[in-house]
Amino acid sequence: MCISFPGRIIAFKEDDCLAVIEIGGTRREVSLDLLDEPVTLNDYLLCHAGFAIHKIDAEEAEKSLALLQEIIDNEIY
Amino acid sequence: MKFIDEYRSPALVSGLLLRIKKKAALLSRTITIMEVCGSHTTAIGRFGIRRLLPENIRLVSGPGCPVCVTSTQDIDQALWLASRPDTLFTSYGDLLRVPGSHGNSLEKIRATGAQVKTVHSALEALTLAQTHPDQKVVFMGIGFETTSPTVAAAVLKAEKLNLNNFSIFCSHKLMPPVMRLLLDEQELALDGFLCPGHVSTIIGTKVYEFITDSGRAAAVTGFEPVDILEGIYLILEELTNGISKVRLQYQRGVNSQGNPKARELLHEVFEPATVNWRGLGQIPDSGLTLRKEFSAFDAGCHFVIPEIESQTNSSCRCGEVLRGLIEPAACKMFGSTCTPNNPFGPCMVSNEGSCAAAFRYPAH
Ligand code: SF4
Repeated sequence: MCISFPGRIIAFKEDDCLAVIEIGGTRREVSLDLLDEPVTLNDYLLCHAGFAIHKIDAEEAEKSLALLQEIIDNEIY
Repeated sequence: MKFIDEYRSPALVSGLLLRIKKKAALLSRTITIMEVCGSHTTAIGRFGIRRLLPENIRLVSGPGCPVCVTSTQDIDQALWLASRPDTLFTSYGDLLRVPGSHGNSLEKIRATGAQVKTVHSALEALTLAQTHPDQKVVFMGIGFETTSPTVAAAVLKAEKLNLNNFSIFCSHKLMPPVMRLLLDEQELALDGFLCPGHVSTIIGTKVYEFITDSGRAAAVTGFEPVDILEGIYLILEELTNGISKVRLQYQRGVNSQGNPKARELLHEVFEPATVNWRGLGQIPDSGLTLRKEFSAFDAGCHFVIPEIESQTNSSCRCGEVLRGLIEPAACKMFGSTCTPNNPFGPCMVSNEGSCAAAFRYPAH
């Protein structure tokens, strides 16, 4: 059915109610009506069925990925 | 692609597999983990995850594909609605191929003149209602908590625009009630759930505490190989160290409190209802219906939809597949009379269906 995907905001439209999202070279428009936090250009959003449903905390994501790498490298797991 | 490619790293995958093997060796029996999201089912098949796991970890697929769990009666009623002369019937593409009681599908009746259109979102259907004022545009809403808030937002927009030719034929379902049911299924004997990542984006992680309270493991998991393997690892950790809490693997996609705004819109427009699931029957408060205040946007108020005596083809075993009781290949029709090009049941129609995933990505 409709999958969810992470995309980067490259523009805003219609008084900032819509964001233009880029994912792997393709562009989609998504409504921001379901988000309750402010977003800015270059933020990454999880998008589903024409709506952004979550803002990805890029810094947090990078940190936890680095932590996973470290855990695996040092065989802490 | 950012937030996708990093989670397919071969080094992380092999590192996680090694950890999983070590942990699994501590188990004295075979454990069963169920995923209840269609996107998980597809990803597990596509990345060949079953083949990589130690023998004593069994992954089974549950009722996570929205198209598959839609009852035959809902399909029959959709066919009835789509056949009305002044209706423009819209829904997601996969649903159009699901056969109803008598072998008809929305796709087939479209070929004979019914107005049926594929859309990617409820907003697209709403735009059609604006551009086709002389037609009654019906949007068939299916899907779980990830999708229903998007339909709620579309209904609120339609209200604002004073649209009177837009309505929802609601077949939305809720995930926790069906998980509760499966947890008690003796034959399944589940040890844990890979909880659906994007449903959790909306509902958060606390709702799954009934799983850990019952002594089983729960890990809210993302959709790339590293996510799924880490989710499985966290479940193993819970099972070997003792169940402590709902684990959140998919941190980049889920806040523990979910998305309160989306939930607010969802509850403003919809309320829980007892609905019929394919293969699982009626489950109390496991679906959604439009609240009275929004009945102007309920297809059931625009049309007198008949109660249809539906018949589900008895040789299709989707019901057992959806409950995780049999593997798709155990169905006699699998791969012979039933294939993705010529699907017999919904689990083969939808890309996210267990039968379609098993056909495209054979486990052996
Ligand atoms: S293989 Fe086809 S007929 Fe058999 S259970 Fe799956 S969808 Fe139904």
